[in-house]
Amino acid sequence: MEKIQVNGIVKTYGSKQKKLTALDHVSFTVKEGELFGLIGPDGAGKTSLFRILTTLLLADSGTATVNGMDVVKEYKAIRKQVGYMPGRFSLYPDLTVKENLAFFATIFQTDVNENYSLIKDIYEQIAPFENRRADKLSGGMKQKLALSCALIHKPTVLFLDEPTTGVDAVSRKEFWEMLKGLKQQGITILVSTPYMDEAALCDRVALIQDGHIMQVNTPADVINGFGKKILAVKSSDMLSLLQLVKQMPGVLDAYPFGEYHHLVLADEQVKLDFPGEVTVKETAPDIEDCFMLLMKNHAA
Amino acid sequence: MKQFRSFIRKEFYHILRDRRTLFILLGMPVIQIIIFGFALTNEVTNSKYAVLDNAKDIVSQKLIQRIEASQYFEGATRLYSYDDIAKAFRKGAIKIAIVIPPHFAEDLGQLHTAQVQLVADASDPNVANTLVNYASAIINDFQQNEFNKDQQLPYRILAEQRMLYNPQLKGAYNFVPGVMAMVLLLVCTMMTAITIVKEKETGTMEIMLVSPLQPLLIVVAKAVPYLLLSIINIISILLLSVYVLEVPVQGNLFLLIGESILFTLVSLSLGLLISAGSNSQQTAMFISLIGMFLPTVMFSGFMFPVENMPKPMQVISNIVPAKWYYTVVKSVMIKGVGFKAIWKETLVLTAMLFFFLGMAIRNFKIRLA
Repeated sequence: MEKIQVNGIVKTYGSKQKKLTALDHVSFTVKEGELFGLIGPDGAGKTSLFRILTTLLLADSGTATVNGMDVVKEYKAIRKQVGYMPGRFSLYPDLTVKENLAFFATIFQTDVNENYSLIKDIYEQIAPFENRRADKLSGGMKQKLALSCALIHKPTVLFLDEPTTGVDAVSRKEFWEMLKGLKQQGITILVSTPYMDEAALCDRVALIQDGHIMQVNTPADVINGFGKKILAVKSSDMLSLLQLVKQMPGVLDAYPFGEYHHLVLADEQVKLDFPGEVTVKETAPDIEDCFMLLMKNHAA
Repeated sequence: MKQFRSFIRKEFYHILRDRRTLFILLGMPVIQIIIFGFALTNEVTNSKYAVLDNAKDIVSQKLIQRIEASQYFEGATRLYSYDDIAKAFRKGAIKIAIVIPPHFAEDLGQLHTAQVQLVADASDPNVANTLVNYASAIINDFQQNEFNKDQQLPYRILAEQRMLYNPQLKGAYNFVPGVMAMVLLLVCTMMTAITIVKEKETGTMEIMLVSPLQPLLIVVAKAVPYLLLSIINIISILLLSVYVLEVPVQGNLFLLIGESILFTLVSLSLGLLISAGSNSQQTAMFISLIGMFLPTVMFSGFMFPVENMPKPMQVISNIVPAKWYYTVVKSVMIKGVGFKAIWKETLVLTAMLFFFLGMAIRNFKIRLA
């Protein structure tokens, strides 16, 4: 069964003269129990889409359903069943960890104990700081608290808008472990992130750029569909190397990638000559390479 | 109900943990009453004056002593020519000059009439007027006592004045109702407006909207703690005015408190309405101050009498809730009248309450945009 269905959603901001299209005919579906990732850079339209699905914004056109209910007509019912964690830390800074959790439990007409088993693993990590005010928590702890609050009423669908933005690498890893655990409890999760490396941790991903969904696929199939050869090059002067390789014939695209530059070759036959001091190796593409290529094709 | 209680508890946490704001909320009425009571007063006393005594006889000396003895005037400057008057005014050393003509005593004794000139600095017309009145009263009084004691003039009309409700003409009788209106409006309107907008700013409103909470519940739960704070303020203002400023509550205390709560509710619903239309705390504060506080000061009749305003202004003053409340407090507290005399004002306030509250709930956004 489809837990989330998005059909041709269009959302624009601003006046008629100066229109900004945030979402341009976006469509995809999320199946029950899926961990679905919405991957795209800042300003791609991820937050707008989340707000439309959580009934906070109205789309200009197109329809969407969550749990089979229309996001416009049946917004009240949806609000009872979903969990939402906005991109910004949105709990009460002057309330303690415990008070925040208890408050959100009551407004969702439940109490902390009723669904404690669901948040036990997450909450236990911040339980030692139960009486600390939320604004005195570290970034990772804030995020665990926010997740606990979003889960306290046992939602069937969980919306997480950039939950790992601004969180350190260790906490990010922990967070994705937690999401896996929640998925096993049968919760459907829609998560957005600007970090390409997190895409591989999702069941399926939608790659979004400038309000367009460029591809919806499993992470493995996104990479398999890449179909181009990639060279990783490195030298002592990376800046002039990038300028050099960009002008080489047969190079479709070149961009910095960690300590290397990645070169996408037009086809297998291309042979390139590099100056002596350049290290060259062939490498397998990952999601980021796919994203760069899709973006380039989309722009063209 | 559990949601409601929990929400109100949360609001109290917010208020009680923000000590500084709480201190301002509870301290403001006390400080305002004290400032208005002891510093900002439009009673004119101890004004510096000058005397140009061209007669220098016994009667003129007696008159000058009489003026000096009054609480309104002090520190006489002796002048010796007309030019000195202008000089003294220009220096700002005096507010009023009293000029006694030559042959003062003789004129009085023989012609039964004499003139005294009063020259006042009318750059502040109200002060000038008041001082001239005081001086005239003293001179009249002097004339009665000194000369007309034994003489029975056949036809004399004496106008006897009685200042009703406030025989001592205390300023406090006027500003206590005004401060009550101002404080309640500030605390309720501005604070409720800010507190809802704050939830929008921190993003907690976003979560609350994606929850089964009813908008009505959010709105009402936000207002309840400020209603309680306002009741504390009403009580502290009344205690201060009765025991420190000695302005008694002439009418029914419970009627006064009841009407104050009604006005508090009007202010709260105004605050809720403002919050529905603003997205930042600055906007909410700005609208509350410019849109609410200024009209309250200008149109409630507290600083400037509404009856003296041009007709259009008088009409505008009717939409200012504080004007009605100010009238109610003056009637109940100072004049001591009962509900019968203020039912009209009560009705207007009640209508305003339902109008603003209805608008606030209608305009409460169930979505972000």
